[in-house]
Amino acid sequence: MNELLEKLSRARGVAGHEGEVRAILREALAPYVEALTVDSIGNLIVRKGGSGDRGQQRVMLAAHMDEVGGMVMRANADGTVKFRSVGGLDPRILPGKRVRIGAQSVPGVIMRAPHAARSGKRVAPISDLLIDTGGAGGILPGDMITFESEYEEYGRLLKGKAFDDRVGCYVLAELMKGDYECELVGVFTVQEEIGLRGAGVAAYAVEPDVAVALEGTVADDLPKQHDVSPTTGLGKGPSISVMDRSAHADRRLVRILTETATAHDIPWQFKQPGVGGTDVGTIHLAREGVPAVAVAVPCRYIHTPAALMDPADVKNAIELMSRALSGPLGRPLEAERSEA
Amino acid sequence: MNSDDKSSESDSFSLLKELSETPGVSGQEDRIRARVSDHLAPLVDELHTDILGNLTGLKRGSSSSGRRVMVAAHMDEIGLIVTRLEKGFVRFAPVGGVDLGALPAQEVTVHGRSDLPGLVASRPPHVLSQEERGKPFAQADLFIDVGLAADRLAELVSVGDFISVRQSADRLGNGQATGKAFDNRVSVVVLLQALRILQGRSHGWDVFAVVTVQEEIGLRGAKTAAFRVEPDVGIALDVTYAEQPGATPEESLAMGSGPAIGLGPNLHPVLRKLLVDTAERDEIPYTNEVLPGNSGTDAWAMQVSQSGIPTALISVPIRNMHTPAETVALKDIERSARLLAGTICELPDDLTALALDGEA
Amino acid sequence: MRALIEELCGVFGPSGQEERIREVISGQLDGLVDEMRTDRLGNLIGVKRPTVSSEGGKRIMLAAHMDEIGVMVTHVDAQGFCRFTTIGGVLMNSLIGSRVHFANGVEGAFGMEGSPLARERPTPQKLFLDVGADSKEDAQVQVGDTAVFRSSFGEVGDRLFAANLDDRIGCAVLIQTLRELESSPHEILAVFTVQEEVGVRGATTAGYGLEPEIILAIDVTATGDFPQATPMEVALGKGAAIKVMDRRMIAHPKVRGWLEDTAQAFDIPYQLEVLEFGSTDAAAVQVSRAGVPAGTVSIPCRYVHSPSQVADYNDALGAVRLLVNALSGEYPS
Repeated sequence: MNELLEKLSRARGVAGHEGEVRAILREALAPYVEALTVDSIGNLIVRKGGSGDRGQQRVMLAAHMDEVGGMVMRANADGTVKFRSVGGLDPRILPGKRVRIGAQSVPGVIMRAPHAARSGKRVAPISDLLIDTGGAGGILPGDMITFESEYEEYGRLLKGKAFDDRVGCYVLAELMKGDYECELVGVFTVQEEIGLRGAGVAAYAVEPDVAVALEGTVADDLPKQHDVSPTTGLGKGPSISVMDRSAHADRRLVRILTETATAHDIPWQFKQPGVGGTDVGTIHLAREGVPAVAVAVPCRYIHTPAALMDPADVKNAIELMSRALSGPLGRPLEAERSEA
Repeated sequence: MNSDDKSSESDSFSLLKELSETPGVSGQEDRIRARVSDHLAPLVDELHTDILGNLTGLKRGSSSSGRRVMVAAHMDEIGLIVTRLEKGFVRFAPVGGVDLGALPAQEVTVHGRSDLPGLVASRPPHVLSQEERGKPFAQADLFIDVGLAADRLAELVSVGDFISVRQSADRLGNGQATGKAFDNRVSVVVLLQALRILQGRSHGWDVFAVVTVQEEIGLRGAKTAAFRVEPDVGIALDVTYAEQPGATPEESLAMGSGPAIGLGPNLHPVLRKLLVDTAERDEIPYTNEVLPGNSGTDAWAMQVSQSGIPTALISVPIRNMHTPAETVALKDIERSARLLAGTICELPDDLTALALDGEA
Repeated sequence: MRALIEELCGVFGPSGQEERIREVISGQLDGLVDEMRTDRLGNLIGVKRPTVSSEGGKRIMLAAHMDEIGVMVTHVDAQGFCRFTTIGGVLMNSLIGSRVHFANGVEGAFGMEGSPLARERPTPQKLFLDVGADSKEDAQVQVGDTAVFRSSFGEVGDRLFAANLDDRIGCAVLIQTLRELESSPHEILAVFTVQEEVGVRGATTAGYGLEPEIILAIDVTATGDFPQATPMEVALGKGAAIKVMDRRMIAHPKVRGWLEDTAQAFDIPYQLEVLEFGSTDAAAVQVSRAGVPAGTVSIPCRYVHSPSQVADYNDALGAVRLLVNALSGEYPS
């Protein structure tokens, strides 16, 4: 679909190792923004449109650079590697997968006992798993481990690794190219997957009036026996979170987004409430509080080596956010009203 | 001098013994604070106790830059608290991550109107069924017996009184020591010994030696101390798991292998390299402690204080953590102190030297 | 205050949607405070300036949370049944047989998949809400709508029964304290917080913004006075409880001492509280900025977080007396 999105998806970066992603974004955005800084934890903060007038609305957009993956705990003499997850990995999907290790991108495979010796009864925890590198050497404790998967088209969909949250980074990068009346601060955050760590310190420093986290989120729109929520569905437009495990969205921002989408005929959906968490969790608690909401591109199979998403949802997420920033999202919020 | 010094090892032991045996359960750190304060006062220019009870010693640096390094070692220990009095016995709840399995038959001190010796009562196996004997004790099975009649007990002990483990610190063979609350009095000793080393050396940065409170119940002291001190760099001192049966090999370190330097997203990579370089230059044995996520130490709170603080972690491996039988190799204390002091002297005046990606 | 408790217990206000309860409380505060405002997360802040100037006067934040636990619709199926998620620490075991009430007046009853005779432990995946609809189109609720537990307010002597005494009884105690407080050397920041039940979020930001010198939360606490309860000294009818410790906080010894000394000086019965589960707004404010001395005045309440909570009116009166007397005097130096 796009060269930047492909580069971002291919880039390797678990929490604490976001340098490669940061370098790509820095280069891509330098021509479009007025200021570009990296803070002590590694957040990349880009700014534009600040007239210095404090009456102007300051909007912070956040997308996290880190992806789920692993970390080398111990490299054994026989070429095997003990590891732990960095962020939430489902141990059931790991055996037999291809990974890349460390800055040198050493290839390895997650081992699985031959089928005759397997017991299907129990899920092996990550601490029981080993990566086999064939004895490549040069692997050190602390090295990052990432999944390997090509970026390519699957029918009308896109497939690749780390769409959570490189698609958010891509949407944010595209939005930074536009011009708005508000002051726009884009924050590419670090360490979201291990506890929303980067976003909190960035929000403290930026002191935004409102914030939107841009995400790649769970789509569970597979066939099911029961008539239950798909969480989000591919091709149904960007999702808007009302409440998840990390935060309640500001209801005024939810209204602004749904009304903007409806007014401009942009498809949208609510994300299933109560599921997951985003950088909004720490952003909205920064200092005296920041009204915030999360907008996401639905992705099937996030937190696995390969996710699928619909390019139309990416386009519509950019469209929705761009319209909102040019409209009511760029202006001060009105007092909350009771709808009684 | 790079060899491990026997006399300072003995000095470290007597300091560790004194601090280990002083009670200081999370939330009631007044006595341990007073002891630490006695030792800290001659080593620093200013001393301050803040609202939550963190003790901060400021040792000024020689540079005019006013750069601040905050070194945090928590002084609180896990313990128990009285929840009710029942027929002359004391019911309790844990304060922090107490290992219930190591409590039955343990002697404790109940900090009532006065300190009362007591022990954790357990019913004898002789009177229990086979099934009951096969199960570990639950909190609801346990009481504390202080040997007083119910009315006298009620005069001396009330709901909310703290209880600490009663255990002397002593030497074991091979340069090791054992006692309670080595988590984290070991690190308080490291901090004091590092400040002693710094008396004879020049350091540019102001050193804020913060002996924190309430670490065991959620890093609460470090969080507020970091906000108040607003350091340019943070270094946390804590203990970690030493190799022993039951510990996973990739998550534990050899006893006596020297300080462990934390490695992972909680720790700043450029600052970490400064510690590693210092250890190599000063020929201090060290290992890496690989931490894929939350380090569970004051470093986790410091890193995200305000707009973020580059943070490092120095850990000493101990065995039997959170039990009354923690053990440590004393030479690791000495080596950690040298690493900390050496690193403080190496902190760069120009903060851009700590920038990620080599540029601000 | 009895009528006030009943009134507050009847107002809709799940975490994140506190507009209605905020309006009702702000109506009550009219004339009781010198200044009133709503902050960015929705906390209602009433400021009462000191009536006498004194060295011992402090800037004291009193926090009672307005929000209550509830449920949120996650999916409406083709037949009009709703799947839901919980808001705050809802006890799954208490859902079957209880009713919820949506903001627009729609009622909801809980159902569970399978035969009612072969009941397994209820889980969120197996439970659903019947909102009186026959189809998705017919349903008067949609994804994201919230509902709260409701049953009629009950009284047996001084024992009060309601679904949300946590923490409307605390809100009432705070309002009553402001009504009765005639003179005080302190600047009182009366904060009715939002989103306590989902992680003391409102208090976190209010504490940062207000920079109080002391924080006192007013909230309910569990009791140890029913059959096979977790061993705990607190009981209904024995007075307000002064917190020593809970899951997230150890009260500042000086704040706790101030409250205990006041109770003793004015012969107000009180109990000391060590709570092994749960916490209050004070825990959040205690670690705000460089730290704030923190304490909590608790109203003992049985079956907290279930749809039938029971408290004793005299304990609420005792909490008011304790607060009024403490706040009328100086904070010990």
